[in-house]
Amino acid sequence: MGQARIAIVGAGPAGVRAAQALVERGVRPVVVDEGRRDGGQIYRRQPDGFTRPYAKLYGTEADKAQALHRSFDQLRDRIEWRAETLAWHLEPHALHVVRNGEAEVLPFDALIVCSGATDRLMPVPGWDLAGCYSLGAAQISLKSQACAIGRRVVFMGTGPLLYLVASQYVAAGAQVEAVLDTSASVLRLRALPRLAARPGALLNGLKLVASLRRAGVHVMTGVTPVEIGGSPRRGVTGVRVRDGRGREHAFECDAVALGYHLRSEAQLADIARCEFRFDAASRQWLPRIDQDGRSSVKGMYLAGDGVRLSGADGAEAAGRLAALTCLADLGIERSDRAEVVQLRAALDKMERFRQGLLQAFPWPHRAAAALPDSTVVCRCEVVTAGELRTAVSELGACEINRAKALCRVGMGRCQGRYCGHAAAEIVAHAAGIPLEQVGRIRGQGPVKPLSVSALAVGGAE
Amino acid sequence: MDSKNPPERRFVRLGETERRAIQVWIDGRPAHALEGDTLLVALLSSRGHLRHSEFSDGVRSGFCLMGACQDCWVRDEQGQRLRSCSTPARDGMRILTSAQEVEWARLA
Repeated sequence: MGQARIAIVGAGPAGVRAAQALVERGVRPVVVDEGRRDGGQIYRRQPDGFTRPYAKLYGTEADKAQALHRSFDQLRDRIEWRAETLAWHLEPHALHVVRNGEAEVLPFDALIVCSGATDRLMPVPGWDLAGCYSLGAAQISLKSQACAIGRRVVFMGTGPLLYLVASQYVAAGAQVEAVLDTSASVLRLRALPRLAARPGALLNGLKLVASLRRAGVHVMTGVTPVEIGGSPRRGVTGVRVRDGRGREHAFECDAVALGYHLRSEAQLADIARCEFRFDAASRQWLPRIDQDGRSSVKGMYLAGDGVRLSGADGAEAAGRLAALTCLADLGIERSDRAEVVQLRAALDKMERFRQGLLQAFPWPHRAAAALPDSTVVCRCEVVTAGELRTAVSELGACEINRAKALCRVGMGRCQGRYCGHAAAEIVAHAAGIPLEQVGRIRGQGPVKPLSVSALAVGGAE
Repeated sequence: MDSKNPPERRFVRLGETERRAIQVWIDGRPAHALEGDTLLVALLSSRGHLRHSEFSDGVRSGFCLMGACQDCWVRDEQGQRLRSCSTPARDGMRILTSAQEVEWARLA
């Protein structure tokens, strides 16, 4: 065949390693990313004119970040690089993109989607107040802009990222009032056998917690969030939680970073009608892939946190494996058997560690069922838990897309990214059915809001 | 702590302050910012919020900072919608934080 047209969505760890594998074999892929620069969220590069060194920006991951950026810089002239470009829709062999208000259709023979993830959020009364940010946002403001999200910051939620970002804030000189983890510390002991799959990562995690305590940060585990306090005009002024014994604790602050692990950005896979499977351990729907990254749709490959939430190292391995698989399937080059075996083994190890993290820092799904009726579930359109429950109990909406149609939960600006998981939990509990029966909010094009004029211009060409 | 009035600024700069100073105009008033700031950071370094919610009486200040939530939309004086977390601030930029849909809802 002639030069194969392979498109990659995303220039984070998975996308860059996929592109590298293709370039090594003489293929020139088109690489699309919404960001201004490569690196994705985890290895996000600071803007021109910023001077902090790698060690300061990425801590223990500095070498990996630098290696990935160097690889990209070397690839730069051997790929077709489309920065600030949103892949907003997908048809068979045609990727619809828009950049700066101008739409374009990119034809492809094979597509490797490395679309990454966002924070996974559990609502709490007051999370719609100004000053409450996702945990990822707290990290981005520091890494990419050298800013703290407030003068006095509380970190709340669960997962290793909670401790990582809090310690980065402390190191940068920010005032961290508390780290409030919904997971009880005993769970970490039980998860140790699985976490030991990656001793280095485990050790780094333990060091982070120790450094926070040394810095005098109030670290609490096993908490139940009660409320983010404040006023509609001023925003956040404090946080209240209950400890394991039921005692209440209050912290004054003007900012909260809230996060419970990650959720995959899987809209393109959904639009392509890839099969999804329910991942019981994380209680979320993920696209189904085989061990080498093939989706259920021919010619479409998925890698990284957009399909399997195993972090940056796992994403690098998965991106490379998906690209090698893609090349073999297109008949361009047979994969090196030994390398494939090695990459699969690396991913197995990541998967074991992921299971350990889920055991140590579980998504507190029962909290969704316990939310007061007045709690805002959908931040975008201010839809409450009570309105959602009414859609279930009085209108019979036991499926999440039906509930969305009836009460607009998941219909707003973020298209259900930040309320969808909790909303499904609330529906499941109200209807008395297992979560997997509630389904998932369907991904639709456009993947993100865009102006009609962009499409009109594109259509006229 | 005054619990009613909005804070003077939301974000706190922790470094990288040697960059060239620029000026942006927010609802007709000048504000200091730095070259390399996103529009969101430029705005929240001078005030506590980005916009009013069109569904409640609250103000909003962005949420995800990675282009996923669309909470941080503002407009330029030509009415062009800008996602402030992914839009670089430029010297002389003129921004409106009261969105048309909110104004229309109030007129109705």
